[in-house]
Amino acid sequence: MSLDRNQPEVADAGLGSSSVFQECLSGFGWAAPWIHKLKQDAWERFQRLPAPHRKDEQWRFASVQDLALDSFRLPVVAGDSSAGVPSFDAIRNASARMVFHDDALVEAPRLPDTLREQGVIYCPMDEALREYPELVREHLLTRLPGIGSQKYESLHAALFHNGTFLYVPANVEIAEPFITVHWSGLDDGTALFPHTLVVVGDNARATVLDLFQSVDPGTRHFVCGVSDVYAGAGSHVHYETVQNWNLNTVAFHLNSASAERDAALKSITVNLGSAHTRNEQHCRILGAGASVDTDSLTVAKGTQEIDQRTLQTHSAPNGHSDLLFKNALLDDARTIFSGLIRVDEVAQQTDAYQTNRNLLLSDTAEANSLPGLQIAANDVKCSHGATTGSIDDTNIFYFLSRGIPRRMAEELIVFGFFEEIVSRFDNDELSDFVRELVQNKFRN
Amino acid sequence: MSALEIKNLSVRVAGNDVINDFSLTVPKGEVHALMGPNGAGKSSLAKALAGHEDYEITRGEALLDGRDIVGMEPDETARAGLFMAFQYPSEIPGVSIANFLRAALTARLPEGETLKAPAFYKELYRAMDELKIDRSFTSRPVNEGFSGGEKKRCEILQMSVLKPSFAVMDETDSGLDIDALRIVAEGVNAMRGPNIGFLVITHYQRLLNYIVPDKVHVMHEGRIVKTGGKSLALELEEKGYDWLKSELTPAEAG
Repeated sequence: MSLDRNQPEVADAGLGSSSVFQECLSGFGWAAPWIHKLKQDAWERFQRLPAPHRKDEQWRFASVQDLALDSFRLPVVAGDSSAGVPSFDAIRNASARMVFHDDALVEAPRLPDTLREQGVIYCPMDEALREYPELVREHLLTRLPGIGSQKYESLHAALFHNGTFLYVPANVEIAEPFITVHWSGLDDGTALFPHTLVVVGDNARATVLDLFQSVDPGTRHFVCGVSDVYAGAGSHVHYETVQNWNLNTVAFHLNSASAERDAALKSITVNLGSAHTRNEQHCRILGAGASVDTDSLTVAKGTQEIDQRTLQTHSAPNGHSDLLFKNALLDDARTIFSGLIRVDEVAQQTDAYQTNRNLLLSDTAEANSLPGLQIAANDVKCSHGATTGSIDDTNIFYFLSRGIPRRMAEELIVFGFFEEIVSRFDNDELSDFVRELVQNKFRN
Repeated sequence: MSALEIKNLSVRVAGNDVINDFSLTVPKGEVHALMGPNGAGKSSLAKALAGHEDYEITRGEALLDGRDIVGMEPDETARAGLFMAFQYPSEIPGVSIANFLRAALTARLPEGETLKAPAFYKELYRAMDELKIDRSFTSRPVNEGFSGGEKKRCEILQMSVLKPSFAVMDETDSGLDIDALRIVAEGVNAMRGPNIGFLVITHYQRLLNYIVPDKVHVMHEGRIVKTGGKSLALELEEKGYDWLKSELTPAEAG
């Protein structure tokens, strides 16, 4: 998004300038000293860390020239920030919902009394920092992905002020999802720093959806979001994100998912929007017998670049992690998948799998795949696999031989490729919502 | 004429002539078996009729109820009434059997017409019950993770729902145990009647114990070398294909 496409470094201007940080900090006059220190330290780290470079292994194949921050600024809320925000009613069955517009709250959550009485907290991040500082402090920014975007993790820590906080106490089981909708577009050129912190207690159950989209297709935005999902012992947690920013957005989505003993944590990411997204996902097996599934579906077209870096860290025995990243590419789109499974010496009897499947629907699309394993334990089952290919002619012929015209056959095959991920949402409304989004993106 | 008439057909694959001046007529209401040793050209004939782009028809005609299907797109041929049961059916991840068949039936409707779900499922369940296929199969992806027998049953299910006027079954019996073979044969026998003609391609006589053919043709080096009744299949089983090779007198197809 930089005006100067040859600019290789992140410029120390605009968003990166100290005046922006001071402006952000001035909004935290009420906050506890530890919050100020956390932000001050993060700001210094941001300034100290070098800008990404393609020669770094963790930035291999990635574009870095469009990451310049100089033309972005923090949003200024003047008047009604809900103006122009479309209503969102695709998913009616939810535990609670909140809506942000350029990180400003426009719809406060209405948590049912039954959940409130059980100690459940679902509120905007700024409220959580104000009302539950010690609960937040225990977790806040303690588990970052750390897969190459440390500079941007620091920028996020320094400048974030809002997002989602969900706390589910031990033994509380909640079936319906918590839905946070993030809109961009309050103004042109704004930078967003949505933060999501989900803490699910022992033997509890919860589902969270973060939905990112833009009010206007034309406004330019920089997004640097961080999410941290923590699944206590024996808990069941689903975390789902749909990234559908407009095509003038450059976005970082830096995600961490951690599972304690015997917890089952599933995450699904859908990447549709943005000009360029850097998505990092680090899942951690922290306790014995924990299980983490990490699924992702990307449909990229035009000149979109979706850069995905994953890490599965097994630090305890008998853990299970399964990662499936599927990318469908049209036009001149580019994707990068770089994944690593890391098994510590103590993590015996680990089962860890990593799969990347790329479906090329154009001769000029480019899918890069860099799978990897790093294993210190000696009794493990680990595998990784990557495939890249176009639609199989034999499969097309099978459809044709049943009287199905070629165009319809191709569409069904591509939708079938999506369906493996879409059908994994544990909520039919959500599956339908996502199915329509991905199918429309392919069709139009 | 109400028949599948193949007249003087020659087919080339990757520069090799695999079918040479092949003629055969299967009238509606009849089941014809096409047998022959490996490499005789049986499967090439099936793929050429279905319109596979790798199988170039260099000469001849293939008339489906009088309409020449040579040069048609494969989907057009299918909609014209020809069904091909594959030897190795494709696995289609993420596309359920129900959606696949619905798309196939919708493609046969006039432009703008849609298939009503209740009527579709009623027909689908009828066919599934007949073939002893569990109804939960409708939501499973087409052939994905199916056993050999399940794949072949799925082929018969598709044939039963699509109701073609002619079916070419390409070694449907290969790799099947007796139980699966019996179920497949029962499916075919249930469909037999005046409105459909079958060309059953097989290497072995075994299938023909269950699907009793009206005629048996033997193919060798791209053409029919012998035609007879069902006893010909038994004779072949007994004497082997080498016996035929010694005869090698091209016979007129009936």
